[in-house]
Amino acid sequence: MSLAGSNLSYFPGCSLATTAKENNASLNSFLNHFDIRISEINDWNCCGSSSTHSVDKRLALSLASRNLFLAPENMAMLIACPGCYLRLSQAKMELNASKEKQTAYETLFGKPFQKDIQLLHFFELLVTMKDQGLLKGLGGKLKGLKIAPYYGCMLARPPKMNKEKNHYGLMEKTMASLGGESVRWPFLSTCCGTFLSVSRPEISEKLVNRIMQGAIRSGAECIVTACAMCHLNLEIRARPENRIPVFHFSELLSLALQKNGSKEWFKRHLINPEALMEKRGLV
Amino acid sequence: MDAIVMNEASGNFAREVEALSHANLSRCWHCLTCSGGCPFAEDMEYLPNAVIRMIQFGLKEKVLKSNTIWLCVGCNTCSMECPNSIDMAAIMDALRQMALREHSEIAEPGILSFHQAVINSIRRHGRTHKLEIMMKYKFSEKDLFSDMNLGLKMLAKRKLDLLPSKVKDRKSITSLFKFSGGAS
Ligand code: SF4
Ligand code: SF4
Repeated sequence: MSLAGSNLSYFPGCSLATTAKENNASLNSFLNHFDIRISEINDWNCCGSSSTHSVDKRLALSLASRNLFLAPENMAMLIACPGCYLRLSQAKMELNASKEKQTAYETLFGKPFQKDIQLLHFFELLVTMKDQGLLKGLGGKLKGLKIAPYYGCMLARPPKMNKEKNHYGLMEKTMASLGGESVRWPFLSTCCGTFLSVSRPEISEKLVNRIMQGAIRSGAECIVTACAMCHLNLEIRARPENRIPVFHFSELLSLALQKNGSKEWFKRHLINPEALMEKRGLV
Repeated sequence: MDAIVMNEASGNFAREVEALSHANLSRCWHCLTCSGGCPFAEDMEYLPNAVIRMIQFGLKEKVLKSNTIWLCVGCNTCSMECPNSIDMAAIMDALRQMALREHSEIAEPGILSFHQAVINSIRRHGRTHKLEIMMKYKFSEKDLFSDMNLGLKMLAKRKLDLLPSKVKDRKSITSLFKFSGGAS
């Protein structure tokens, strides 16, 4: 299937709809450039997030399932947030594993469960785009930019999902094909602390600063994240001496295309990236 | 540590955890890979592999009252490295579930009230409203001033929206909560 001109349904998730609007906008702008059309799932709800999952399994399954049932038929669903992707994939797996649960939700939602619904994390879409040669010839736009690629916990998954591909190295490869230089550093998959950032900020702060300092020591001048929650935690918990710009992956991708990044996105950052962008000729 | 008395009932706890988590505890070698890789280990009362051992010894009360089960964020870092693919996050999920069900003393009430604030926000809007969650959480913790500056900065950057992003079909969310047992 050729991706250009294709239609996908789209699950943005709460972070991209609110705190990380710049992540949403840059992702849209990037896909738009390749004529990949995405349409937001009508009236989607929160995937359940870690909180529901932590203390109320049944509710977690229900919330994730509603989105699976809302998805239009015969269309792959693009999911931007790795957390939402994990929750929706787990729900799909759980419903497929239990006829009883499946029937219960089919009755509740009044329609059949699409057991083969294709859930597509943004990374997988990007791999396909690369395979189809869509990213060729864009080279050089990020020239000289020293990047610490940060995956956080998105490379990890529960054992029952260990057959799924893990896209370790994708950010490095993509950045390299756009002229950026990824540094090698030890904290690329250290968890950002997720919800502990609110309820136990001192623990989160310790981790975040270890990560940020690690990036600086490895010679990076910015960090690129693939998860809006990581992005927020790194920005809000970094101590002044460790504040280097943190970009959403989608922002750098969009910047690399005809430099069509919007100033509005970067105004929303708590760590101002403008000086660095000027220095590297990205504005 | 006090002497551990093993009796016939000791195994019940392990069986209960296995039933809820679908993890096979007896496959654990106690190689410590999980505990070495857990980013939160230094703040935990008991290391993740120690929790497995304690479950095997039937030390239910100690485990359910520990902060370990609340500090685990379920990042799966440990299970990725575990030579036996033991689903630690699922074990911790099961333990939290049991602690709540059995009204154990909660070692990290702040973390639990945060989760509840998130769930209530979803109940009201179908989505999470970060500003409301922060306010309610800070209020429940009687801690209105820490992070105040940060909150103001986030508001100025419009990182925190004043109004929530909402599901239109609110009834479907209400019935979803009912269907799910209206828990928490
Ligand atoms: S890594 Fe696995 S086998 Fe090793 S101690 Fe942890 S749970 Fe047990
Ligand atoms: S899943 Fe829990 S125990 Fe395992 S590494 Fe993450 S926080 Fe630690």
